[in-house]
Amino acid sequence: MTAAASPATLVARDLAAAVAAGTASARTLAADALARAAAHADLNAFVTLHATPEAACEGSAARGPLAGVPVAVKDNIATTSLSTSCGSRILEGYVSPFDATAVARLRAAGATIVGKANMDEFAMGSSTEHSAFGPVRNPAAPGRVPGGSSGGSAAVVAAGIVPISLGSETGGSVRQPAAFCGITGVKPTYGRVSRYGLVAFASSLDHVGVFGRTVDDAALGLSVIAGVDPRDATSADVAVDDWRAHAGTERLDGTVVGVPREYFPASLDPAMRASCDEAIERLRALGATVREVSLPHTDYAIPVYYILAPAEASSNLARFDGVRYGMRAPADDLRGMYETTRSRGFGAEVTRRILLGTYVLSKGHYDAYYRTAQAVRRRITADFTRVFADGVHVLFTPTTPTPAFEFGAKSAPLEMYLSDIFTATANLAGVPAMSLPIGRVGGLPAGGQLLAAHFREADMFRVAYALERAYGPEVRA
Amino acid sequence: MAVTEADVRHVAALARIALDDARVPSLVRELNTILDHMAVLEALPRDGADDDDRAPMRLREDVVDPAPMARGLEAFAPATRDGFLVVPRLDTHGHLGGGEEGE
Repeated sequence: MTAAASPATLVARDLAAAVAAGTASARTLAADALARAAAHADLNAFVTLHATPEAACEGSAARGPLAGVPVAVKDNIATTSLSTSCGSRILEGYVSPFDATAVARLRAAGATIVGKANMDEFAMGSSTEHSAFGPVRNPAAPGRVPGGSSGGSAAVVAAGIVPISLGSETGGSVRQPAAFCGITGVKPTYGRVSRYGLVAFASSLDHVGVFGRTVDDAALGLSVIAGVDPRDATSADVAVDDWRAHAGTERLDGTVVGVPREYFPASLDPAMRASCDEAIERLRALGATVREVSLPHTDYAIPVYYILAPAEASSNLARFDGVRYGMRAPADDLRGMYETTRSRGFGAEVTRRILLGTYVLSKGHYDAYYRTAQAVRRRITADFTRVFADGVHVLFTPTTPTPAFEFGAKSAPLEMYLSDIFTATANLAGVPAMSLPIGRVGGLPAGGQLLAAHFREADMFRVAYALERAYGPEVRA
Repeated sequence: MAVTEADVRHVAALARIALDDARVPSLVRELNTILDHMAVLEALPRDGADDDDRAPMRLREDVVDPAPMARGLEAFAPATRDGFLVVPRLDTHGHLGGGEEGE
């Protein structure tokens, strides 16, 4: 069976069904995926790949909802079979002694891990230009970035190398690259998926997320990795709904879709606005009630995010000191070893954020920055709580202010940070959110974002299934 | 509240990152640009709902002290020499040579 050779037919659900029926084998599917990865080497989407299909299949269950489905895992999610470098020189070649819970659940569901996907160093970036192993190319838009920080994970799905991949999000690092590459990307509720084995960037904002070519594959992947885990104290003991039961949703009568006005500023690219207007019209045509709403603290999300995330990062990344993990630079004394290792091991963006985080946490600045940001974060969360309590089932917004930009287009750090403006809010509030394709802007993929109340991924998937069906498959990368 | 070169050198030392002198001025500019964008938070009217009911975190000075220990090393080590603990040599390190029998 070589149906997997064409990206258009590469659907995880179908591959697993073929393996279950005995018409395909995990080994063959892994071999096909490795061959496709080699053919797309120019994307630079993988940091490491298994050398053989047998190695990729090792440790995976023979049966399960993802039996034989080849998947890619972002390089900051721990795997025992391949190194976990986080896109950084400081962890180059580091092999974890354990699998992340999300990875263990993928293997237990039958998935094979073919490789580790390239990413912005320690997930700090929005373009995958900040990887120590070189930038990733966008398969849907040559010459442009795939988004980030999970750019490799998005590119391998968009290019049809694998149907599903794992990414991670701290401020939009799954949804933004999904939008840029023309695929679906889901960030679940904070606590829905265990963070055990996800290398920490900003623990109160970090999430494991899933990419799929289709909404159903994203739902399938998420359903496998979701659920409480005693190894992550922040994972939530909340029943995991059968999101895939909503596949085939044709009508949205009775569903209230909120359109928050703050996500449609006057400065929004008119073509992006037109694309969103079309999606909103489609939602109306499906029977949904569309209501304008307000999330008044949206404009504060980027300042809040870029205080809290670097603050947490400066603490989390203190562990990379040349003693316990990865590289060690020689020096005359212990302090010199720490400083030389860290200055050589971390790239420019990671260094900048560690210094920023150390500054905002330092005495004399803590109240002005960190404490204030925490207070405003509570207001951002309260905005969402109020809107959903008022009867809104899902919110619809653009995922990004613009489609994929060119390499080097955002050389000033703050300019890059502002590309997270519509996504960082969901990480601050912990609500589930996803991006799905809604057409093209200037020939480039555009993403629409759906957000739901905490642990109400079911509402989000129901609307996503119906909207995806309304657009048809040609809207995808 | 502009960040100075001294601030950058101070936080770099706290973060155990060695900086080239040439990098310091650009970091000062970058951090100031980023922090200017944060100033919008200070202008946001505050009210009682913002106050966290937990006690504020106590902060110490940002200076690095030697690791404090409740008791001296001698109190819980079988033997010490030159400020180090003297412990039995690990079997796996026998090939390194040196040291004395039984350490």
